[in-house]
Amino acid sequence: MQANGTTPLVEMRDISIAFGGIKAVDGVSVDLRPGEVVGLLGHNGAGKSTLIKILSGAYRPDAGEIYVNGEKADIGTPRDAKRYGIETIYQTLALADNIDAAGNIFLGREVLTPYGTLDDATMEAETRKVMARLNPHFRRFKEPVKALSGGQRQSVAIARAIYFNARVLIMDEPTAALGPAETQQVADLVLQLKKEGIGIFLISHDIHDVFGLADRVSVMKNGKLVGSANVADVTQDEVLGMIILGKCPPGAVPGPGAS
Amino acid sequence: MTAPAATTAPPHATSGSLLSKLEIDVRMLGMLAALAAIWIGFDVLSGGLFLTPRNLWNLSVQTASIAVMSTGMVLVIVTRNIDLSVGAILGVVGMIIGVLQVQWLPAWLGFEHWLTAPIAVVAAVLIGGAIGLFQGWLIAYLAIPSFIVTLGGLLVWRGAAWWVTTGQTVAPMDTRFKALGGGVEGALGATATWVIAAVACGLIVVALGLARRRRIRFGFPVRPGWGDAVIAVFACGAVLAAAAIANAYPLPVGTARRWAEANGIAWPEGGLIIPHGIALPVLIAIVVGLAMTFLARRRRFGRYVFAIGGNPEAAELSGINTRWTLMKVFGLMGLLCGISACISTARLNAATNAAGTLDELYVIASAVIGGTSLAGGIGTIAGAMLGALVMQSLQSGMVLLGVDTPLQNIVVGAVLVLAVFVDGLYRRRIK
Ligand SMILES: Nc1ncnc2c1ncn2[C@@H]1O[C@H](COP(=O)(O)OP(=O)(O)O)[C@@H](O)[C@H]1O
Ligand SMILES: [Mg+2]
Repeated sequence: MQANGTTPLVEMRDISIAFGGIKAVDGVSVDLRPGEVVGLLGHNGAGKSTLIKILSGAYRPDAGEIYVNGEKADIGTPRDAKRYGIETIYQTLALADNIDAAGNIFLGREVLTPYGTLDDATMEAETRKVMARLNPHFRRFKEPVKALSGGQRQSVAIARAIYFNARVLIMDEPTAALGPAETQQVADLVLQLKKEGIGIFLISHDIHDVFGLADRVSVMKNGKLVGSANVADVTQDEVLGMIILGKCPPGAVPGPGAS
Repeated sequence: MTAPAATTAPPHATSGSLLSKLEIDVRMLGMLAALAAIWIGFDVLSGGLFLTPRNLWNLSVQTASIAVMSTGMVLVIVTRNIDLSVGAILGVVGMIIGVLQVQWLPAWLGFEHWLTAPIAVVAAVLIGGAIGLFQGWLIAYLAIPSFIVTLGGLLVWRGAAWWVTTGQTVAPMDTRFKALGGGVEGALGATATWVIAAVACGLIVVALGLARRRRIRFGFPVRPGWGDAVIAVFACGAVLAAAAIANAYPLPVGTARRWAEANGIAWPEGGLIIPHGIALPVLIAIVVGLAMTFLARRRRFGRYVFAIGGNPEAAELSGINTRWTLMKVFGLMGLLCGISACISTARLNAATNAAGTLDELYVIASAVIGGTSLAGGIGTIAGAMLGALVMQSLQSGMVLLGVDTPLQNIVVGAVLVLAVFVDGLYRRRIK
């Protein structure tokens, strides 16, 4: 299936993790190439968020390996993942509600003055720039993000992920809180970032969010990989069958979770 | 007395067109209004005894120890933790430095050596900090709830305070050390007070100007020029008024006479009016407040503390070393207990194993009255210090009116609950 030769930006091999005996992710392998959008699909509770949290350094897997540019990567903390250029927009957004947009975007990577103090002015200026690109009407730079609307909060989380020149972008249900216009904005952004050669994991429980944007899809069910397919080789109904029944169609490569 | 600390930038957007134009923290104004009401109320009830330079000076000195610790408690509570051991840490540190300067150091340096006080202060800060770091380690790295660790700490350190001398009180303290507690030795005098006030005013103006220039350079919206001017006038006015009040309280005649003799000044016919000026512990509290505000607002550490309080998971996912940050917060709290141990030991001119008893409650109450949210993520250093001043004002006022101690406790407890209730109403309103 992955015939186009280039080394994957990221490859997760046979990843497993259990929480108190429940195998949230069980022997899952996925990969991602430069400029590629891979849709990660599955019902709520399928293990999608847990899988990508392993890639973003939030959890350490019980088993399995991660390769970045073909080399084995040791990702133990979110900081490690960021060092590999892996940025994440979490399903929960992971914003500190009591801090303003700039504070959140630069959290953990603050710009400092020569005296070692926070350079809030520079951070605010950079925030204004990146937000102008994502959400031109955004004005509430001085307020804690708690005061923002769902869409505005989402754009702050997206801004944080794209500001630092990500090479791999993980978007976990990025349009869950958005209306149709904002959802379209995110779709445009995905296509633009793809053009810049960034690899994107686009996670959703809704096939319609993903099908128009993704080059490939991987489907999870009960922590296991049902299968992966080029979007061109399968129909929406077939992918739906993968999600709901765990049935792998002929156009897809079956995983351990295929029934 | 906490006026310089109150000039820090407001954290929230505010309602009301004038106030929002000035970007003034409405909450802080509310607290100042409450404080004014308490002061005026007690002054009326006591027939003019409360708003005297003498009473206000004493009030400032009595507030210093709690105010210093409240600045650290803000950060502890902001991270969704609590420290119940601060009074006990104060107790054990006070005992140790008491014995240090009454028994150990004199044996080595002789009595009243100039090094005694500095060594005692450094020891207090180091021991307090070490205790705090240790508790912080248990909380952050062994994941034992802070409530439990510091509840245990309360018993352990109070017991340890007794052990230092098996319960015996140690006195008197080194003369230079005693200055840390205020009193006559710790009154800085008129000239120093005016110099400090002038420097503070200069810093206020410079800070406002720099902040403004910076925002203009980046093309950000700025508050109107007259707004900055109004703030500068009020802040400097408060500083100068505090200095004037401190200088309006003269030394007692006997002390003044001794001072005159010591300085070779002839005692004039009508006596000599020598102002107290600002008290050293109050100056220490103000400097601590400014330093802590700087740490909380201008340094990465402070940003992390607030991020952890706002959303611990988000802080972790941002790559912040949340455990080390938390451990440092408790270390800082312990260090501040060390400073307060110096102030209260010096003020009492004795080290007793009961020193600081119940201080944890006053420190927590100060932070909470000052607007620190127990849910985490919200709180200001200046607010907590103001909270300490409010509580001390209530107590001093009631003492002045001859209210019995049990009734004092009832009032302070009720005010704490009321303050949190009103604050909750206010927060829900602005949401
Ligand atoms: N931190 C955790 N502790 C315990 N169980 C968890 C944790 N995170 C996820 N799970 C469990 O793992 C499973 C997969 O969850 P998740 O990855 O969030 O699914 P998805 O993102 O596909 O909806 C669920 O059963 C969930 O309850
Ligand atoms: Mg999920």
